[in-house]
Amino acid sequence: MKQYHNKATDGDVENPVPTDSALQVRGAFPILGRSINDAPLAYLDNAATTQKPQCVIDAMTRYYAAENANVHRGVHYLSSLATERYETARENISRFFGATEEAGYCTVFTSGATQGINLVAHGLKHDMQCGDEVLITQMEHHSNLVPWQLLCEATGAKLRVVPMNENGALCMEEFERLLNTRTKIVAATHVSNVLGTVNPVREICAMAKAQGAVSVIDGAQSAPHVPVNLATLGADFFGFSGHKLYGPTGIGVLFGRMEQFERMPPYQSGGNTIRTVTLEKTTFAPPPERFEAGTPHIAGAVGLDAAVAFLQSLGLSRIAAHEKALLNYATKALESIPGVRLIGDPPDMAAIRSFVMAGVHPHDIAQVLDNAGVAIRSGHHCAQPVMAFYQVPATARVSFGVYNTKADVDAFATALHTVREMFS
Amino acid sequence: MTPDSHRLYESIILDHNKSPRNYGKPAQAAAAIEAVNPLCGDTFTLYLVADGEHITTLSFEGNGCAISKASASLMTCMLKGKTREAAVALGNAFESMLQKEPDAPVNEALLGDLMAFSGVRAFPMRIKCAVLCWRALLAHLTA
Repeated sequence: MKQYHNKATDGDVENPVPTDSALQVRGAFPILGRSINDAPLAYLDNAATTQKPQCVIDAMTRYYAAENANVHRGVHYLSSLATERYETARENISRFFGATEEAGYCTVFTSGATQGINLVAHGLKHDMQCGDEVLITQMEHHSNLVPWQLLCEATGAKLRVVPMNENGALCMEEFERLLNTRTKIVAATHVSNVLGTVNPVREICAMAKAQGAVSVIDGAQSAPHVPVNLATLGADFFGFSGHKLYGPTGIGVLFGRMEQFERMPPYQSGGNTIRTVTLEKTTFAPPPERFEAGTPHIAGAVGLDAAVAFLQSLGLSRIAAHEKALLNYATKALESIPGVRLIGDPPDMAAIRSFVMAGVHPHDIAQVLDNAGVAIRSGHHCAQPVMAFYQVPATARVSFGVYNTKADVDAFATALHTVREMFS
Repeated sequence: MTPDSHRLYESIILDHNKSPRNYGKPAQAAAAIEAVNPLCGDTFTLYLVADGEHITTLSFEGNGCAISKASASLMTCMLKGKTREAAVALGNAFESMLQKEPDAPVNEALLGDLMAFSGVRAFPMRIKCAVLCWRALLAHLTA
């Protein structure tokens, strides 16, 4: 069995490697060989989704071509093989993220980070009373905001928001002030999908725990970019999406403390979630099965297992250093273009940079960049409160992955000069 | 081969984006019409003043991409003094042109400066930008 260890802890990415020493993985990604508008593809929209390495594509193809059957059901050979693949994936992924049984964690497969957060919000709802508080941050993706709004509407609990400063860093003094004995849930993003801010989630989780609150960390933008170890981090729940981590779409993971999962009712019910069913009464299976209703995305889990193995082979510390170097290089390029305003500039950032350009809407920036084969994201990034804070309707966002190079950033910068010329 | 975005941004579009005409809220009482695309965040308000069947003034304000903003600006220029019926006919002709294949023949005489948006046909994702304010106005006029 594969043994994954995510060795590094947060904080050893201070001295980025030169951008020329790319991770040498471009050859592993078939899509990077294609051109867009007669230009080589410079894919800089990794915070939306990442491209897939051949090993992930192969693992899923092999599964469907030679190993496919339903899991946890039949006694025949293929069913047993599929079950082994699915459960091995769970074990490998748990170990990679330090979310092992020994550390007190349970690993539930979800459709992605969004479903994971909804599952937790649903599961904690029955514990909430009028007057209880849910503490979130001002920089949340709608996925880590709307489920809590709905929970508060349904229970009479109060949603409180930790503000950020102009740099896009969380005001930790405000967090301390707002956290109190009524706080039952603390939900925060690890890395902001708009600003790239890396939040001090270890401190947040420890402070939440000291106050008796459940901590829920949105890891959608951190799991692919910075070393994450649940045992060190101390979160009660931590979710991410497979497709942002070089894996397939439709699969994600929710890590949670077993004792928390155990007291939660099923999110959806049906096959796989039950222990016994009579026409009158059902008793539910223990976690993780209780939370995986219906036939799961088996091929997705197999693909995600391959993606995690791929990340393991590169090492998250190297990835973080590589992406940090590209981020710094891109920031310098952006600062040299007249009319560009960086949106947020927190001291601790990962792989993501938002900006606006005077007189040019972000959609038009993205459209002209596409003409040069440069793929970036424009819009509100499902974080409208962040847009409101910076008083912009939308931003352009560049985000990096393992395969990006200095040449991608150069193509990006050159195309931005074209934008400048066209719209001036 | 994907189309060249330089053909999307015709000079009329770039001009109206940079210097939008009839921009802002009028002094006199006007019907305020919201035009919002929640997916991309484009948000405009149209201000319509009508004298019976005739549109006397039409202005707008808000935020959006060059395509949506230039479309709104050009719309305010072209519809001033037009009857409601003529405005609806022009809006429908514009939408119909955008839905056609890039090389299909269209009524250029009727569309006039709106032909600057013919390049949008090669960018299906941007058609919604070009029609955002037109659709809002037509919904109001035909309600």
